[in-house]
Amino acid sequence: MSRLQQSSSVDPSQEELEEEEAVSGEGDEVMGEAEDGEGYTSSTPTSTLTWISWFCSLPGHEYFCEVSEDFIEDDFNLTGLNAMVPFWKEAMEMVLDVEPDEDSARVPDVSIVEASAELLYGLVHQRYIITRQGLQAMADKYENATFGSCPRVYCQNCYVVPCGRSDVPGLDTVKLYCPNCHDIYVPPSSRFQGVDGAFFGTTFAHLFFQSYRELAPAPFYKSSTAASSSTSAARSPRPGSDGGQADEETFVNPNPYGGQKRAAGKVYIPRIYGFRVSERAKSGPRMMWLRMRPEVAGELDTVDWRGRWVDEEGGSEFEDDEEEGGDRPMEDFDPVRTGLECISAEPLLQV
Amino acid sequence: MLRRAVEELSTGSDSDYSKYWISWFLSSKGNEYFCEVEEDYILDRFNLTGLNTEVTNYGQALDLITDNLESDDDIQDELRGSLDVQARLLYGLIHARWIVTARGLAKMLEKYKKADFGRCPRVLCQSQPLLPVGLTDLPYEKSVKLYCARCEDLYSPKSSRHGSIDGAYFGTSFPHLLFLVYPHLIPPKSGPPDVSAGQSSEGRRVAPGRRAREELEGSVTEGVGEGVSTAAAALKADRYRPKIFGFQVNEIAKLQRWQEAVRDRSVRSLSSNRVPLTFLSPFPDKWVGWRT
Repeated sequence: MSRLQQSSSVDPSQEELEEEEAVSGEGDEVMGEAEDGEGYTSSTPTSTLTWISWFCSLPGHEYFCEVSEDFIEDDFNLTGLNAMVPFWKEAMEMVLDVEPDEDSARVPDVSIVEASAELLYGLVHQRYIITRQGLQAMADKYENATFGSCPRVYCQNCYVVPCGRSDVPGLDTVKLYCPNCHDIYVPPSSRFQGVDGAFFGTTFAHLFFQSYRELAPAPFYKSSTAASSSTSAARSPRPGSDGGQADEETFVNPNPYGGQKRAAGKVYIPRIYGFRVSERAKSGPRMMWLRMRPEVAGELDTVDWRGRWVDEEGGSEFEDDEEEGGDRPMEDFDPVRTGLECISAEPLLQV
Repeated sequence: MLRRAVEELSTGSDSDYSKYWISWFLSSKGNEYFCEVEEDYILDRFNLTGLNTEVTNYGQALDLITDNLESDDDIQDELRGSLDVQARLLYGLIHARWIVTARGLAKMLEKYKKADFGRCPRVLCQSQPLLPVGLTDLPYEKSVKLYCARCEDLYSPKSSRHGSIDGAYFGTSFPHLLFLVYPHLIPPKSGPPDVSAGQSSEGRRVAPGRRAREELEGSVTEGVGEGVSTAAAALKADRYRPKIFGFQVNEIAKLQRWQEAVRDRSVRSLSSNRVPLTFLSPFPDKWVGWRT
């Protein structure tokens, strides 16, 4: 099929086109795909189940989308992969449902080729899902909730996407990324424990939400109760006031390149008999920052690229000496300093 | 022992396998989160104050769970079904009160160390064992959630069997009270998961009950030390940084910098004695108020 489309775009003579059509049609009906020709050709429509759709239908492979054969057939898309996959040619034949050559007797066991084919498909899949087509295929799966939803209670069942922690195969299994809490989770079912995270890659999840911004929750959140009390959000388009349906439509992130979905921003507050656990307690809350969002988008700019507050007039009384230290940490270093400055200087160095 | 019983009692129907209602209840499938409430606690009417208004057929339900129901024959079948529901409700509500007592906490701690409540799904929490918690103390409102002491967040149980348990049977206070009482068990924010929690399931400690409790009182080595402040614990916490081709995503990186600035300020204020108490409020809106 692809050959036909190509040749028609080059505008060949009508005769040639008809001839080619006739030839391939004959091949389909009579001889099957083995006769069909040179190199890696698409499997015929007559074959009931391709290797790719079989592979994607296996239990545990629900996260995979079907990579189009055109993509696999384009050698440019496979650059560098042949060094990573043993029995490259045989694996290629298996993935594309091409009948093996006679001289393929050197393969000791079909299960080895099976593993190679899986690796090959996984690595191609990693590349495919960051193309426009691949992203669209994954978006369809995303909207059908194929990947499940975030286990975190206050993410309110936000859908997740598969992601890897490494682009190199064999290091870690597939994880799930939640766009609302920007965190990664272990898939709930153990059948995904055998799926390599590299088959999805580190980039896909984030490119996905950059491409489909309406699916990405915005980085700010205002609870409905806070909105009535505060007036600071006058400039921004009132993110979450009454929670009515009209609000759903009017939600706009001032950053056009940011997430355009209303975030689920509630943070858990530990309580004992209804009283908040004090931060001064040893067991007091230490991690609420991990899930916090500012109330308005502009507030994100109050922290500069080094992770420091831009205007510090509120806290300057105990941060003056620390600011000096931050600029020239080596020259200002003083071992007699109290533990306080040491602790507060630490994150600056990390950022 | 409990596990075996669970496997054999696949249905929730009554069986002569266990003759006590509580042990039958604990061994039936889906009730793995519950611990055994000691009979003395149930028999002390003071502990049940107010529950008679929550539970219909309170008297009979109480008799059922304490195995004092005189004869099964005078109860009609249709009543028996509803009585069973009421008995579960009563046991759940007693359970919520029991697990915040000293003995109840110790029993739940045993289960925590065996990771009976599952492990945190967050990758960077490295399979930290979870604790059950309710979002409200009133029954019939919200199902039970799981609290991770490492990321200090709530997760939904994986299995729908557990997802349908009423959160009020565990209450809102339990996990926080546990770490208030056992501060040495507060897990570290980074590194491998709590040693004792991982090993105990492998059978390092064989004897359950009182002896085990004494042992775990003694095992102060894991978690944060007794005298050490946890103010700066969050600085060590791992977090995931989304990247596209190795580059951080602008808006997310910005949010994460903001979150870390909030964290650093809270760490600073906690380590300093010069800070007014208002800065210590964990409410996000208070942070806004402070700077303006």
